[in-house]
Amino acid sequence: MGLTQLAFYVFASVAVASGVLVILARNPVHSVLWLILAFFSSAGLMVLLGAEFIAMLLVIVYVGAVAVLFLFVVMMLDVDFAELKRGLAAYLPVGALVGLVLLVELGLVFGHWALADAAPNARAAAFAIEGGVANTEALGRIIYDQYLYMFQAAGLILLVAMIGAIVLTLRHRPHIKRQDVLAQIYRGRDVELKDVEPGQGV
Amino acid sequence: MENGGASLIAGVGLEAYLTVAAILFVTGIFGIFLNRKNVIVILMSIELMLLAVNINFVAFSAHLGDLVGQVFTLFILTVAAAEAAIGLAILVCFFRNRGTIDVEDINMMRG
Repeated sequence: MGLTQLAFYVFASVAVASGVLVILARNPVHSVLWLILAFFSSAGLMVLLGAEFIAMLLVIVYVGAVAVLFLFVVMMLDVDFAELKRGLAAYLPVGALVGLVLLVELGLVFGHWALADAAPNARAAAFAIEGGVANTEALGRIIYDQYLYMFQAAGLILLVAMIGAIVLTLRHRPHIKRQDVLAQIYRGRDVELKDVEPGQGV
Repeated sequence: MENGGASLIAGVGLEAYLTVAAILFVTGIFGIFLNRKNVIVILMSIELMLLAVNINFVAFSAHLGDLVGQVFTLFILTVAAAEAAIGLAILVCFFRNRGTIDVEDINMMRG
């Protein structure tokens, strides 16, 4: 067994095992940590596939942002997770049934798929993976050339998500006193200095 | 399977990657059913399913020698990040209002 195959089996088994543990862990914090491990091993799989940029994106975006976001939310919410875990066994049979049916269907698809006759010709005009160009550079050439509008739309989606998340979670508390700089600047002459005698007050 | 050019996947074949992705996807769906009360774990299961889809896209991209699959993965990552942010924001908002994240308590609209 070559090193590539060995690496694939290690990454694949770790990814699958941590994926299973994500949904089985009792503590949601542990779930998030297993999710991070699943993302890391999937990034390893993508490196094996030659998609270095996507792999780094997985590590940076998913592990660095999304998983940490999950971690913050899990730790911020004061939820009795043991209460939520109750009644888990009631959903086990139907979940197992659906998962099994889906797995069998996917297996049937894998056993019998083939490329259509026209498919190789149809993708002849697509963007080939060239030998001499690094993955990131090749992706950049395509994204900023052919998929520029899609790229801008992706940025717009992120902007909308950011604004939406801020608007949803922003909370104005009426009882908190904040410094109002403008009011301080524009105050009139109604403030005076008083010489207060000790023990008498104003 | 018959394809025109040689597969660019080194070592193991395409089917191995597809199998990993399928198992991860089914795990995600199973997680949704298993943790039906906990919205956070449901969101994590959705992330697992999206990850499986991404593995499929990249595997086929490497197999067919076509970079567009990786471009599409990029956009899926974008949408997944936006979805996670919005979903968690809604979750935090809901928890502030109701003090719980149990799915069975989300019945204010009587849907």
